[in-house]
Amino acid sequence: MNAYVIEFAYLVASALFILGIKGLTKPKTAVRGNQLAAMGMLVALVATLTHKEVVSFEWIIAGIVLGAAIGAVLAVKVQMTAMPQMVAALNGFGGGASLFVAWAEFEKATQPVSGVGALLSALNQQSGSVGVETITLVAIGLTVLIGAVTLTGSLVAFAKLQEFVISGKPIGFKGMQVITAALFIFALYAVWAVSQGMHQQALFIGLVAAALLLGLLLVLPIGGADMPVVIALLNSYSGIAASAAGFIMGNTALIVTGALVGASGIILTKIMCKAMNRSLTNVLFGVMGASGPTISDDEVYGGKVKSAGAEEIAMLLESARRVVIVPGFGLAMSQAQHAVRDLADTLEAMGVEVEFAIHPVAGRMPGHMNVLLAEAEISYDKLIEMERINPTFEQTDVAIVIGANDVTNPMAREDKGSPIYGMPILNVDKARTVVVIKRSLSSGFAGLPNPLFAADNTLMLFGDGKKAVLDLIGALKES
Amino acid sequence: MTPMVMMLLFALFVIAVFLGVELINKVPATLHTPLMSGSNAISGITIVGAVLAAGHGGDNTVLTIVGFLAVVLATINVVGGFLVTNRMLAMFKRK
Repeated sequence: MNAYVIEFAYLVASALFILGIKGLTKPKTAVRGNQLAAMGMLVALVATLTHKEVVSFEWIIAGIVLGAAIGAVLAVKVQMTAMPQMVAALNGFGGGASLFVAWAEFEKATQPVSGVGALLSALNQQSGSVGVETITLVAIGLTVLIGAVTLTGSLVAFAKLQEFVISGKPIGFKGMQVITAALFIFALYAVWAVSQGMHQQALFIGLVAAALLLGLLLVLPIGGADMPVVIALLNSYSGIAASAAGFIMGNTALIVTGALVGASGIILTKIMCKAMNRSLTNVLFGVMGASGPTISDDEVYGGKVKSAGAEEIAMLLESARRVVIVPGFGLAMSQAQHAVRDLADTLEAMGVEVEFAIHPVAGRMPGHMNVLLAEAEISYDKLIEMERINPTFEQTDVAIVIGANDVTNPMAREDKGSPIYGMPILNVDKARTVVVIKRSLSSGFAGLPNPLFAADNTLMLFGDGKKAVLDLIGALKES
Repeated sequence: MTPMVMMLLFALFVIAVFLGVELINKVPATLHTPLMSGSNAISGITIVGAVLAAGHGGDNTVLTIVGFLAVVLATINVVGGFLVTNRMLAMFKRK
């Protein structure tokens, strides 16, 4: 196909991607938006298949069949609770694809390529296939660097979220940061040196290896609680890598699309950091806010924690007019979303007003709780963001906290010495009564005791989230 | 690629970033997870570069291998990303 026609197809694809993301700004138009974007992808792919450099199809077809099969199985099988891992893995594959595309371009640029397609393209460019410009080699080097960091960084994030081989805890060793810094400096040097044509093959392989290792070392020391930030950031990297690959080939579709995704990831990263009251550097280099004298669990809880049974709480709920449910990662852990929906339905059938309070970092990725509750067919207009629900807690009879901890900790509001001081929280303690459903008094990701559990108006309902909610429903229906 | 072309491409990149910021700031928090998986699928556009590499038809084995790997990874991204986003969004649609 004519080169201009292909370029035009890329333009159409970019426009469809933009319209697709625009569709995602409203739940009603979102499905259509996603379909438009998929159509854009099809247009770009078909146009590329007609490119004159594409002369053999067996590897393309094999790759597409294999990739489509893996992608489809993943997409159909994955549970909504495991969505953070899924997105982490997809980020990694995206970064890997950019890495390999850049590698291929490096081969084309430095090896005398044979074959009809390459010959045609060489003739077309009025030059041999050896001796590309420095600027292209710089783009190749940067794509390799970002792509490889995204690949291994995402795989570590996946492993941490899935608790596959490694736990979610920060992993580090003495001198780790020095090695990370050295690798980064070496990688930048290699990008420059390769672009100058110095020891190209050896340095290029060195660059790939250093960048892959860098990805591991950057994410290993980050703890499970900070994963929302890391996933959002890696999402951004995967976009920037695609954009960088676009600069290698002068491909506008890649540049525009990569920029959109890069911007998306950065915005989500910013939202997540703000919701945790931490700076990005703080998250990345794993320094939790300097804490003053730490308070022991005994000081906070000693004799003040009241626990209650399901029947007692059911009685409370029966006389309530307004109930707010606060879900956290514990809800995902115990797969309690459907049980929670039944609880909300039961309460509503009794004439109680029920809303859900969603903290931006509840769960392990942006919007995680919304997806889980949507899966249980809870209408999205009942899921209220923190800024809007906080003023309503004072008129709330019962707040039910399920598997959330740090995002409800009043120390963030009141205790200046606390490491989480300043983090915006859900003011559940302002509700008339707070019911906390939790397995034990163990601390959350921040490793702090939560004075909410010992407050005068708090009742603890100890147990597994799903079972406790089912008990509550049972008690409500019996009476 | 001439420096002038590079500058034009860079200008395109910068404008696309601004557009992205404007658009994505309008996405409500409730759709942030589908936004991530959906934008992920879109970033699978690298499949374009992957196809160009895998279909070169020459006898450079390294090029064929990395091209093939790129096609596989980009396709997982595209197919997996769009399908899982569709699955999630369908749950938001029904009421």
